Amino acid sequence: MTLTNTIRKFGRGVAVVGAGMSKFGAFPGKNSRDLFVEAYQEMLASVDKGFDPRDIEALFIGNYSSDLFENQGHTAPIMADWVGLAPRPAVRIEDACASGGAALRQGLMAVASGLYDIVLVGGIEKMTDLPTERVTDTLATAADMVYEIPAGFTFPGFYAAMATAYMAQYGAPTDVFLQVGYKNHESGALNDKAQFGQRIADIMEARKKSAAKKGQPIPTWANEMEFLHDNRANPMIAWPMRLYDCSPISDGAAAVLLVSEEIANRFTDASLHVIGAGQASDGALHDRATLTAIPSAKKAAQDAYAMAGVKPADIGVVEVHDCFTIAEIVASEDLGFFAPGEGWKAAEDGVTARGGARPINTSGGLKSKGHPVGASGVGQVIEIWKQLRGQAGARQLDGNPSLGLTHNVGGTGQTCVVHIFERR
Amino acid sequence: MVDNIFTGTAFYKAVGEHKLMGTRCKACGEIHLPPRPICPKCLSGDVAWVEFGGKGKLTAFTVIYIAPTAMIAAGYGRNNPYIAGIVQLEEGPSVSAQILGLDATKPESIAIGAPLTASFVERGEGEAKKTFLAFNA
Repeated sequence: MTLTNTIRKFGRGVAVVGAGMSKFGAFPGKNSRDLFVEAYQEMLASVDKGFDPRDIEALFIGNYSSDLFENQGHTAPIMADWVGLAPRPAVRIEDACASGGAALRQGLMAVASGLYDIVLVGGIEKMTDLPTERVTDTLATAADMVYEIPAGFTFPGFYAAMATAYMAQYGAPTDVFLQVGYKNHESGALNDKAQFGQRIADIMEARKKSAAKKGQPIPTWANEMEFLHDNRANPMIAWPMRLYDCSPISDGAAAVLLVSEEIANRFTDASLHVIGAGQASDGALHDRATLTAIPSAKKAAQDAYAMAGVKPADIGVVEVHDCFTIAEIVASEDLGFFAPGEGWKAAEDGVTARGGARPINTSGGLKSKGHPVGASGVGQVIEIWKQLRGQAGARQLDGNPSLGLTHNVGGTGQTCVVHIFERR
Repeated sequence: MVDNIFTGTAFYKAVGEHKLMGTRCKACGEIHLPPRPICPKCLSGDVAWVEFGGKGKLTAFTVIYIAPTAMIAAGYGRNNPYIAGIVQLEEGPSVSAQILGLDATKPESIAIGAPLTASFVERGEGEAKKTFLAFNA
């Protein structure tokens, strides 16, 4: 390898000056363009000083598989047209669940290159029209269809396999995964855009009420962990990953407005400057030297930190790709917040909770906020935008954080995209 | 012209004959499974077929309850979960495969590092019938 230590720089600075998202969830009767319009309109309203949307010069749309989910290909021009921005160039970027992060990176590079001053980055996915087994099949196409999927692997299965390797290497108990899911539901309950706006305790209460209403025996869970251990309430998906270890099947869209740094103050006095960016690729999970870390995440993070000139300890707000609970623990190590094998202890000790020393996924994460796969990487930026601008409401972090990081994984790490943002 | 013979089709043809075939880089000696036309270690395109012995050990696994449609068609699912895993061969490389001969109902009893031997399973009906790589305890 000869590319490891190159510190890359953008040709010029790029800032986020607007950010919006649709609610994430299951929305029968709304397709991805309908949801994109919602995200776009919220993005427009978020630009503090206002602007003329006709000034947008190009669109970069992250989307994993409108083809298989909605029977609709060629989605980017539809998004441009539906918000009245044709004939501006619109391109769809696909890197599985990292499509949104990859689209953000393409938009950044388009502004940094000097080609455009103002671009729109979107992320969209409409997943809930298909039955679960076909969603499982569609997501599986993000893995190697020739050499991985014939083994019978599913995406929950891949991450579950990483969990068994992690447990064997570091002695982590399965309960710690449930604790990550519990934590992310606690934060998601404070996010009005989240698919599950409920704490685990709220879900338990709702189940009890529902049972009483139907005249069924009322469950007697003593606490949240007892609920999460209940095979009926929280069935096994791929051992050791249970239902509440898995991000849901979701619909949703997100949009951010990127402009060149020199014109950012025309839009807002509180812009987020993208000071670090990294993206890396990798092969099949089985081909990696380690199963307890994601090498592409470590590489993307290393490049982003080097470009930004900051250390993990400098980061105040973090949104990581918790498609499964084990993924959040591995991410917390890959990003350098904890040493290898220490991430699970931090999760167990509450260090990564909203009130902890290293809060992770204050939005509720993919687990609770929802995971419309192509939208997730852009959706993460919306939380960083809110937290760094002091607009996160009940889940706002103390200490006036000024640096945020997003970590967006495609597949099992065949792609990872990391971005670092600074409020100025 | 280049005629790449180190293909997935060739790999599965060998699997159909109950053989596990990969490649060896003639430039640096690296062994690959599945076969690769270009060595990812030294980037040489000078590779040759090599047959694997089929002995290995389990490095990661899961028991799958929510199955993809292909495995549902093979009779698996919520009431008949199966094991998928990653196996490191004695020769070095690792592969993904279904794992047979271990108790899917007692995942806590399955040990990482368990010795396994390559075996071959048939899934699908009629013309769709195909042989897949598996490993047996």
